[in-house]
Amino acid sequence: MSDNSLRLVWVYPDLLSTYGDQGNALVVERRARQRGLDVQRVDVRSDQPIPTSGDIYLIGGGEDRPQRLAAERLLRDGGLERAVSNGAIVFSVCAGYQILGKEFVNDQGQRQEGLGLLDVVTLRGEGERCVGDVLADIDPRLGLPQLTGFENHQGVTHLGPTAKPFARVTMGRGNGTGDGTEGAYNDTVFGTYMHGPVMARNPQIADLLLKLALDVNALPAIDDRWYEALRAERIAAATQPA
Amino acid sequence: MAGNTEPLSPRAKLAVTAGKAAAAVSRAAGRGSGSVIGGKVALRLDPDLLGALAQHLDVVLVSATNGKTTTTRLIAEALRASGPVVSNALGANMPAGITSALAGGSDAKYGVIEVDEKYLAGVARDVTPKVIALLNLSRDQLDRAAETRMLAEKWREGLQGSKAVIVANCDDPLIVWSASSSQNVVWVAAGQEWKDDAWSCPSCGGVMQRPGDDWFCGECGFRRPSPTWVLSGDHVLDPHGSAWPIHLQLPGRANKANAATSAAVAAVFGVPPQVALERMYQVQAVAGRYDVVNFQGRELRLLLAKNPAGWLETFSLIDPPPTPVILSVNARGADGTDTSWLWDVDYPRLAGHPIFVIGDRKLDLAVRLEVAGLDFRVCETLDEAVQLAPPGQIELIANYTAFQDVRRRVGN
Repeated sequence: MSDNSLRLVWVYPDLLSTYGDQGNALVVERRARQRGLDVQRVDVRSDQPIPTSGDIYLIGGGEDRPQRLAAERLLRDGGLERAVSNGAIVFSVCAGYQILGKEFVNDQGQRQEGLGLLDVVTLRGEGERCVGDVLADIDPRLGLPQLTGFENHQGVTHLGPTAKPFARVTMGRGNGTGDGTEGAYNDTVFGTYMHGPVMARNPQIADLLLKLALDVNALPAIDDRWYEALRAERIAAATQPA
Repeated sequence: MAGNTEPLSPRAKLAVTAGKAAAAVSRAAGRGSGSVIGGKVALRLDPDLLGALAQHLDVVLVSATNGKTTTTRLIAEALRASGPVVSNALGANMPAGITSALAGGSDAKYGVIEVDEKYLAGVARDVTPKVIALLNLSRDQLDRAAETRMLAEKWREGLQGSKAVIVANCDDPLIVWSASSSQNVVWVAAGQEWKDDAWSCPSCGGVMQRPGDDWFCGECGFRRPSPTWVLSGDHVLDPHGSAWPIHLQLPGRANKANAATSAAVAAVFGVPPQVALERMYQVQAVAGRYDVVNFQGRELRLLLAKNPAGWLETFSLIDPPPTPVILSVNARGADGTDTSWLWDVDYPRLAGHPIFVIGDRKLDLAVRLEVAGLDFRVCETLDEAVQLAPPGQIELIANYTAFQDVRRRVGN
């Protein structure tokens, strides 16, 4: 954090804000303010340059054509890569996650270059689209509780040697490779397939990003009553037969 | 010209009879109005039945993400000035439900048909409509529906070469994209509050510019067409520039937009706007929507909102604070099972209202409202929410199955 305010960047809402993932930005902002932080939220449209001085960058899911356009424009802009080399934190969801990888298959069925911030490659799944509630155990090194979310994707994401699986599914498909992995991360760059939005169901992830940005080990406790109630309900609902 | 010029083939007649029998059995078994099952049985017996039933009618199709049931009602009311109308007034808007509705209207001159977005192109091929009204397209149930822009693309392909007059909202870029492959389009400036599904140009993917009410793509020149009908406050301006007052019992800007579109549709059949608009006043509630009911000694206004665009229009029509508001959200099959869309709804606009939250997914709503910094109470039941609500008429906003639950509870 440069001064006393946290710079939170919401990337390309005109293209990648179709599945409610702007909730992640709302949750991070709210939880930062509840800890007394000043938050500057910057929404960057795809015809504007990506600022390179942000602390946390959030990217959401989108439809297939907007995903192609977003990858083209981000690659041309180059700001996000520069921000990451400055130590910025990036958390991406679904189409945004695929864009951060080395390559994905676009709406025209062609392999398209991603930003290469994560060592993953996404292909188009041949099977049924992955849709539904997911439960997963997050990499224990991240110290986070059980992951709950909703997935809705056709992509199958393969992890390369330098990408760590973000989580392992106990229910649902995650990366769709059949090996049980869900999402990927590497240093300060995270990707997941979880909507819900994921921070609303797992506010501890928002706190992890804040801790990384502030370089602290703990944050003041806040009233998590409703988040906890929602988590408990979604976890119970996913494990019970409908 | 409408009229029973060509009788139904024996096969079609048999299909209609079999469909009616199935519907009667369904009703007797207490399983709804039977319109869908009747239509399914009939369609299985004669797959060309829909076209055959529509043959003697002047057909109007109405499709959109939001407002199609209400607009179908408004158009039906307006056209009754000129002849009998058959319509799927209860919102059974897929081919089976449409078939069933048409089978009940052998004496009608007009068929006014609400069509589910996914089926529009197919139904438009089957029934050779005179007019197709297109109101708006926005994100809705993305866990099971096609992508919004893909729908616009399918409409565009399906409507290409159609002989129908397309009456379309020029303020929604996705609608303009869908309609502009047709030769005969009547543009209506009907407005649209929700803009977040049309920031990228449907034609070239460029970023859309939106100064004031105008919009255009800076890259390819795709732009808002000039309307011939305009919704202007409480009036409709017709193609001659005459302003006709809109008096509706239905509340809200969106319904004025629906009325403006309906007036333009009626004009295609020679019904003057004044006559059409006067008739629309009779529409009071549509399948329970906008109904004010009495429950536990309190007045509740029932409002249906199924997606972010619908919630936005609904927020703009409710009474100001301190009017109490009850929100109810489910995520059953018909609602879409993903609740993420709640985060695209602009709930901070409810600041100042006492808010009560019910429904299967009340906890998703609770977190949403907590993060919006709003005060709210989570209640187990509608009864509890009504008991806790401070005095005054209560605005109740619910999504699809939650709305049906509320109607059952209040006996509407």
